[in-house]
Amino acid sequence: MKPITKVTERAVAIDQINVNTDQIFPARFLKNPRSVGYEQFLFHDLRYDESGAKREQFPLNKDAYSDAAIIVSDQNFGCGSSREGAVYALVDAGFRCLIAPSFGDIFAANCVKNGLLTVVLPADVCAELRRQITDSNGAPVSVDLPAQTIEAPSGEKYSFDIEPFAKECLTKGLDEIGITLSYGDKIDGFEKSWRTKTPWLERNA
Amino acid sequence: MTRQQTLFDKIWESHTILEQPDGDTLLYVDRLLTQENSFHAFDNLRRDGHTVRNPGQVFNFSDHYVPTRQDGAKPDPAIAKMVDIIRADAEQYGTRLFGPDDPDRGILHVVGPEQGITQPGLIIAGADSHTSTHGALGAFGFGVGSSETAHIMATQSIWRKRPKTMRITIDGKLGYGVSAKDIILAIIGKIGAGGAVGHVIEYAGSTIAGMTVEQRMTICNMSIEAGARAGLVSPDAKTIDYVKGRPYAPSADKQDQAVAFWLALATDDGAVFDRDEALDAASVAPMASWGNSPEDVSPIDGIVPDPAAETSDFRRRKMERALDYMGLKAGMKLTEIPIDQVFIGSCTNGRIEDLRAAADVLRGRSTRIPGMVVPGSRSVKRQAEEEGLDRVFTEAGLEWHDAGCSMCVAINGDNVAKGKRCASTSNRNFEGRQGRGSRTHLVSPMMAAAAAITGHLTDVRELGEEGRS
Ligand code: SF4
Repeated sequence: MKPITKVTERAVAIDQINVNTDQIFPARFLKNPRSVGYEQFLFHDLRYDESGAKREQFPLNKDAYSDAAIIVSDQNFGCGSSREGAVYALVDAGFRCLIAPSFGDIFAANCVKNGLLTVVLPADVCAELRRQITDSNGAPVSVDLPAQTIEAPSGEKYSFDIEPFAKECLTKGLDEIGITLSYGDKIDGFEKSWRTKTPWLERNA
Repeated sequence: MTRQQTLFDKIWESHTILEQPDGDTLLYVDRLLTQENSFHAFDNLRRDGHTVRNPGQVFNFSDHYVPTRQDGAKPDPAIAKMVDIIRADAEQYGTRLFGPDDPDRGILHVVGPEQGITQPGLIIAGADSHTSTHGALGAFGFGVGSSETAHIMATQSIWRKRPKTMRITIDGKLGYGVSAKDIILAIIGKIGAGGAVGHVIEYAGSTIAGMTVEQRMTICNMSIEAGARAGLVSPDAKTIDYVKGRPYAPSADKQDQAVAFWLALATDDGAVFDRDEALDAASVAPMASWGNSPEDVSPIDGIVPDPAAETSDFRRRKMERALDYMGLKAGMKLTEIPIDQVFIGSCTNGRIEDLRAAADVLRGRSTRIPGMVVPGSRSVKRQAEEEGLDRVFTEAGLEWHDAGCSMCVAINGDNVAKGKRCASTSNRNFEGRQGRGSRTHLVSPMMAAAAAITGHLTDVRELGEEGRS
């Protein structure tokens, strides 16, 4: 996974509360292998109408935001079904950081597992960021994960909180599997003694 | 003096590999059950250069996407491709695949117990939230996403924080026409869809003791709909009888040792739970849902509630929206709600006892509306056909299908059309769950059968001679 330390990227504002995982990634596309590129399904039904025509008013359809890597949205971003395809689509589309007043629990956990930073900032700060981004047609936002700060297009800085474990995974680009495997000897030791206690699970070998 | 422990405490502590100061605990996972969509997890493993640690502890199932119609029609090419991918993954890593052609395939939560893969005292992770089903055998079962699935395949472990415990004691005799499904719907209606958040529920009491293991599965299955992390029942003689002799069960020479271990897992007398709730089974009537959350239920002799009577703003708006989506009016009798079709099946109610219960209602009668009966596994299907249940269903006018999730989640091509109303034995009545614009009423197998006969929600206790020619 790509480590995140300091990132300065174009940002896009999605001015909507409760953006759910079905909107981020409609369930019917889950059948596809990731290798087809999940970015093509990102916000599919918000970007295209039922006839397949682009909805011009949706921000990600505007040229100014075609290379955006940061989203600033509103309350409860990523709520709804736990499907991880939603996170895959954001990552495949090149997004590095999401900023909102709150996120769906499972969605936020899945983001960390896939190297995508979620930053929680107060609702009024998010609203101000969205205004600045929209007014400037995509001015860049800077994220400094080691320092835990966000710099708005106006130059104003805001600090944010993050769990130490998530911060470590994201800054080092470590996947959780890699970290757990560093406890490999503990797992081996546990497994050996557990198998001695439960010999009837012999088919596990 | 040793500490009095709950079943959950014993499983948690016996599976703890290590615990971090902040409470993050690395737990050993005994079995991993995956479904078609877990191909993402295999992709992640390959991408990051990891491998499957113990292929013998991973089981793959074709269930969510597999077609269940028996008309020989070719499946959607995208679905066929998925099936090919999962087969290739299972071959590459040497995991056991219950694929489309397997004589024992079916829904992961039906096949797991049926094959003896599920045993007391184990930690079982599944790529579907209803993995709580396995708790009926005294195993700690929970659902995981693709990244966690990959993590378990690579490490045989998972990070979790310890949940709280909650006991629901259910005493009394079930009335005629009242099933395990009605009990769990009544519980969810009582404590709410978020009522058990952060908790693992253990079901106890004389009603649970009197239930078969399959009935206990129906109860544990829907624990997740009350927000619980898992549902459990302490192992007893019925549990041991159930597991004995199944393909993955302990071999005869190790059976006694396993049984002694299993019985010792039961919650100790005097063990303390973080929360206690109780339910009088005799007071429960057959239930049906009217809204878009499994907590939106009423007894069948009740009415659609009035949002205006709700004091909480949030709840009132949620109810108004549900009634609008469901096309219902406050104050309407539940039995006046017309039904367009029925679905009998799913990991909640797709086992042999469920099919027998539905067939008992349908035998010798004809239905007014279409519907499908989808066994939870091929083994259930074989058993049902041996008992002639398939003919009871088809003679009554319902379709008899091959095994799978089918219309529970509506991603295999079987769905409820927009605006249509389905009496369904599945577990979720969310907006669009059974197809875009579909309207789901959750009921028991007997109640679905009764609705099929009359064409409206019906109190199975008052069916009389309806539907007989
Ligand atoms: S039957 Fe429904 S709830 Fe059960 S495993 Fe299948 S999709 Fe999930």
